[in-house]
Amino acid sequence: MKKLQLPLSKEEVKSLHAGDAVTLSGIIYTARDCAHKRLFSLLDTGMPLPFDLKDATIYYAGPCPAKPGKVSGSCGPTTSARMDSFAPRLFDLGLGCAVGKGEMCEEVRQALMRNTACYFAAVGGAGAIYGNAIQSSECVAFEDLLSEAVYRLEVRDFPAVVAMDCYGESVYKK
Amino acid sequence: MRIVNTKKIENCVYRLARKAGTSLTPACRAAMENAAERETSPACKFALDTLLDNARLAEKEELPVCQDTGMACVLIRLGQQVALTGDLLEDAVNRGVRRAYADGYFRKSVCDPITRINTGDNTPAAIHLEIVAGDKIEITFLPKGFGSENMSRLYMLTPAKGTQGVVDCIVQTVKEAGSRPCPPVCIGVGLGGNFDGCAFLAKKALTREIGSHNPREDVRAIEEEALRRINELGIGCQGFGGNVTALNVACEIAPTHIAGLPVAVNVQCHCVRCEKEVL
Repeated sequence: MKKLQLPLSKEEVKSLHAGDAVTLSGIIYTARDCAHKRLFSLLDTGMPLPFDLKDATIYYAGPCPAKPGKVSGSCGPTTSARMDSFAPRLFDLGLGCAVGKGEMCEEVRQALMRNTACYFAAVGGAGAIYGNAIQSSECVAFEDLLSEAVYRLEVRDFPAVVAMDCYGESVYKK
Repeated sequence: MRIVNTKKIENCVYRLARKAGTSLTPACRAAMENAAERETSPACKFALDTLLDNARLAEKEELPVCQDTGMACVLIRLGQQVALTGDLLEDAVNRGVRRAYADGYFRKSVCDPITRINTGDNTPAAIHLEIVAGDKIEITFLPKGFGSENMSRLYMLTPAKGTQGVVDCIVQTVKEAGSRPCPPVCIGVGLGGNFDGCAFLAKKALTREIGSHNPREDVRAIEEEALRRINELGIGCQGFGGNVTALNVACEIAPTHIAGLPVAVNVQCHCVRCEKEVL
């Protein structure tokens, strides 16, 4: 099990291969369906994004509200394929990694290779474990979207698998 | 005539929703443990073990097992000897859902289909009411996540396709869904009825306990054949390529039109949360 500290250098990304089990620690930003639409509206109108995409990690997730005394509620990954149409452009703009669940499309595979980037699969359905691995959580954009807002999370030891690497390899059977 | 105030139904929905959001059904837990034992792929085994750890953690700390605490499906079988008093049944059910999702710190996942504006309290619930014999009220609460709901399909087959065609549809749905619905999946199949009735049969099939079989031999044969073929697909837990792609296939049937053979395939992820109570 490789312990990775985010953000990853290009050298670290190159050392990862589809199927590798890893843990992720560091800063990640949640964004799912509605948040991606808003990010694209900002890009299309030349407005700044609410966080720096350069080498950043986006987590396709929408957490439950935090119980009193907790940093976050349950926060497992959502289906990445719904972000297929958004991900390539974000990788081209500097996004370093994405974390979600399930296969992503050919255009994403190409974008990962082109940009030496990586897509990780977290374990879908393990929401409680991921929620408890969050050390801090702050809403940084689109608060009106509730669970679909963008949260800046500091995570420790998120279990994940390298799902699609920078060499075009995938853990998913074709 | 038995008189029941709908406040009783509201409180029942509340109890069921709170319990369902934070725990797998015992049959689901057992099926996942069994899957972890027989899975040969290391990546799938890792994912299954993580999910079992997660279920234990969720139950211990009363946390949502999965952050997708779902759209609230509430199936009510109302005995026709019952006379309801108090607020409207629909309002009572929605109030139970609203309170449970607030008090349980569950995610509110319901929104307008066009504006995408969240209703903020996870209502309205999807309520299915059946009037049955007797003076009891049976309430089933199924929080349904949409990673799997999105992968569900309805086929209007021609009668010529026969049971082979039915099994093919079920397997094809799971194959096309691949890694997306959080396999290992449970499949609810509706067979017969009409367009809308068939989809409801599939949902109802998902509320059956994992491992149970349809009492009709020919329907049970469809369940078993579909499950066998799905587990030959090699999708595995999370799509990592293993030998457990589905935990269960349950099929419910109803008479249909002479011109048709409707098949609804409702996909459920491995996180089966379903609670029942009889009032």
